[in-house]
Amino acid sequence: MIESQQLTKRYGEKTAVDGLDFTVKPGTVTGFLGPNGAGKSTTMRMIVGLDAPTSGSVTVNGQRYARHQAPLQEVGALLEAKSIHPGRSAYNHLRALALTHGIPRRRVDEVVELAGLSSVAKKRAGAFSLGMGQRLGIAAALLGDPQTVMLDEPVNGLDPEGVLWIRNLLTSLAAEGRTVFVSSHLMSEVALVADHLIIVGRGRLLADTTVQDLVREAGGDTVKVATDDPARLRDVLAGPGVEITGRIGSEALQVTGMSAREIGLKASEHGIPLFELTTKAVSLEEAFMELTRDAVEYHGSTTGTETSGSAA
Amino acid sequence: MSTLTATPGTPETTPAAPPRPAYRVTGRRVLSSEWAKLWSLRSTWITLGLGLLFLVAFGVIAASHYKSNLDSGRHMDRDFATASAVSLSLFGTNFAQLALGVLGVLVTAGEYSTGMIRSTLAAVPRRLPVLWSKAAVYGLVALVIATVGAFVAFLVGSRIVSGTPAAMGLGHAGVVRSLLGAGLYLGLVGVIGAALGALLRSVAGGISVLVAALMLVPGLISLLPSSWQDNINPYLPSNAGESVFALTHDSTTLSPGAGLLVFLGWTALALAGAAYRLLRSDV
Repeated sequence: MIESQQLTKRYGEKTAVDGLDFTVKPGTVTGFLGPNGAGKSTTMRMIVGLDAPTSGSVTVNGQRYARHQAPLQEVGALLEAKSIHPGRSAYNHLRALALTHGIPRRRVDEVVELAGLSSVAKKRAGAFSLGMGQRLGIAAALLGDPQTVMLDEPVNGLDPEGVLWIRNLLTSLAAEGRTVFVSSHLMSEVALVADHLIIVGRGRLLADTTVQDLVREAGGDTVKVATDDPARLRDVLAGPGVEITGRIGSEALQVTGMSAREIGLKASEHGIPLFELTTKAVSLEEAFMELTRDAVEYHGSTTGTETSGSAA
Repeated sequence: MSTLTATPGTPETTPAAPPRPAYRVTGRRVLSSEWAKLWSLRSTWITLGLGLLFLVAFGVIAASHYKSNLDSGRHMDRDFATASAVSLSLFGTNFAQLALGVLGVLVTAGEYSTGMIRSTLAAVPRRLPVLWSKAAVYGLVALVIATVGAFVAFLVGSRIVSGTPAAMGLGHAGVVRSLLGAGLYLGLVGVIGAALGALLRSVAGGISVLVAALMLVPGLISLLPSSWQDNINPYLPSNAGESVFALTHDSTTLSPGAGLLVFLGWTALALAGAAYRLLRSDV
């Protein structure tokens, strides 16, 4: 259980995390989503006490992380940035962390095995690939058999097999009744494992929701309809709660707020011929983009097609 | 185990979890963790080996140089002419303090430059036990290595200069105190290195400040008016430290006890700065 209350972090002028309120509950996988620079990593660092909040607070299982007698048993965290000494072997790294808590050697062997590191455990961690480094970080996170597992962008750099491994691991940890909190900037990745979603942008909470609710709130489905008289169809379909968009000179319209069936009936009633009538389901990715559009820190410039209309 | 099959109607709840082991962070455990961390890096072995080598080799070289100059009857500068077996054998202290001080910086600042500090402080979020443990573990290791080095250097060096005016044995008044003092001084240099590394969080910065404090500041002080120099000089880290292991003392130097106190003061100051930064800054 992670509880954040008005959690805020400022770096000089810049506010990285801005009054975040959320609760991460045990027994499910909670996805922590947001574009790059949304404050996800900063929030996670504050949860384990590496960064001090400017104001507000965050507790783990009812207490501030640093006040627990065995912090690694409360929260196991994989942070985004590398947190190892490259000169130390994976085994010695885990062993040194285990020693602080009196975690037995047996448990170190267990997590090495669990993370699939047995063959490289005695090698210097600096020589590890990105994927191996992630596995070592996850082994460290699981070392204390923690109630809460928190992973920052865990699939970064993993091969498909590793990605699948993480998914199964997260699901099984949640099934054991643990709190699982996993961040990502990729909706598609999180949607596969998470039941609950906490979405942030520019440090603010954008949504605290479930996967199903997110799709519904994103405006549901759109119907694409094509006709030889779009202007007339527009007039016919217009009404409260109905939104129609379309480009001048194009026969196609996008309609939200009406089902394909309703549109078809309306058109036939007025004798308007239709060439196409397609329902388009909103993808999670689109719902997420819609939600975070205003909060994206760094926009790419490849979508500047609207201004090039004169050429068409 | 057999009861599992005897209860077919068991609901789909998680089986009663085994009692969770009672892990706990304690001071002793943090110490043992830091001990394990220190020895699991190759740089520790290399740098400690270098420190020991500098201490012994330069002591032996200085003693041999003295002996050969004396035998050939060549002119010797004043420092050399008044040398003793102790001062010759401890000639390597200056070089050894670099190696041991640098390793001290690496012990703390190395965690920041690699990112290891995030793992360390996530495991020990109260933070201060990490600093105390690092300082204690490394200080003790540096102390032992330096003391061994000082005694070896003296035993070899004093044999080389036996029969010369510099000759001295372990039984000579103050010799054992000097050699132990050299070990103590170098151990504390290690602690100061570790404190500077934790304070500055940068290997380069830590080494620079360490070298400046121990080697450059005395030179800069000599630019001051001489009346100021006399008041300041004995209290500088390097000079206070030197009086801990010097065999002879005069009016311009502190006594071994006073020198040790002053040097301990510098060490405490560096540690206090490191502790303050550790508690106040994000990592």
